[in-house]
Amino acid sequence: MAESRRRIRSFEWSTAIIASISIAAGIAVYLRDGADKVVAILSKDLELLVGMLPKMAAGCLIAAFVTRLLPREVVARVVGSESGLLGILVAMMMGAVLPGGPLTIYPVAAAFLVLGADVGTAVAFITAWNLLGYNRALIWELPFFGPEFVGWRVLIALPLPIVGGLLARMVARLVVKRGGGDQWT
Amino acid sequence: MDVIAIVSIVVGILLWLLVAVLAFIAAMRSKALFREGAFEGGRDFLVLIPRVMIGVVGSGYIAAVMPQDLIADWIGPGSGIVGIVIATIIGAATPGGAVVGFAIGAAALKSGAGAPQVIAYSTAWSLYTIQRLLNWEIHMMAPRFVWLRAAVSFPLPILAGLGALLIGKP
Repeated sequence: MAESRRRIRSFEWSTAIIASISIAAGIAVYLRDGADKVVAILSKDLELLVGMLPKMAAGCLIAAFVTRLLPREVVARVVGSESGLLGILVAMMMGAVLPGGPLTIYPVAAAFLVLGADVGTAVAFITAWNLLGYNRALIWELPFFGPEFVGWRVLIALPLPIVGGLLARMVARLVVKRGGGDQWT
Repeated sequence: MDVIAIVSIVVGILLWLLVAVLAFIAAMRSKALFREGAFEGGRDFLVLIPRVMIGVVGSGYIAAVMPQDLIADWIGPGSGIVGIVIATIIGAATPGGAVVGFAIGAAALKSGAGAPQVIAYSTAWSLYTIQRLLNWEIHMMAPRFVWLRAAVSFPLPILAGLGALLIGKP
């Protein structure tokens, strides 16, 4: 499984950078404010994280089951056959429910385009995956920001995949009008 | 108990109901499917905890040493649309990797950045962090499509930040 190996490696790297910056920052806090402050920050942040653990666990399990019950080929076929505003809405829903990292998402989007979906649909899908995906929101965003912040952030982001998709259609039409090709795959 | 806490509990219950429904459907298909799903979900969760913990705790320490005056001036609650645009650009320049963007965003929020600015930051980082475009997307999709997507996505974080500014939440 070259795929999963690659994903985990790139991931570790970013965690390692954050870990070393955090340790340096922790030492600076200790030298400046003493051990009490270090413990205070630790316990406050851990409290938020622990509170979010049940939702994170649910997110992981949902992702694992959805991956098995909703094959990517089916998603590509369903979205690839839709067009118009409905196509954008279907793509947006699929982007929000499909778990996985960039390695799984971009190939699905590329498959839509091959199957005949327009660029707007593919853009709406990627935008929804990035901004509305429950996977990312539950597992990553929630322990950092807490439910209120994440809830409002997601609500505000709801129209953005549609805006992005429609903008992409407009720009693609302009490109074609100016003599560019209509080939996006 | 306030509204947010109630909503949070309801969402938690709904999520676990969804887990139960999905697990049931998987079990109906085959026992092996159910076992694989439950095992992988559980393992992912255990593997993720230390990583998320490093980021969450780290963001607290990073926030404590960040220059708060500078943060407040550039991307604080009073920085308005200029702060939103600055946050968008910093978001695009932040390297990819799930922990990095959220840790920095959370640290900024804790050390005095405004919520609309942090929303613009994390939206930009999610949509078009330059490193992810060049390392991942460009290899899996037509370069022409990637540039089109990045171009039309450019205003979206600014819209998100303005949206938060207008409704005054979170």
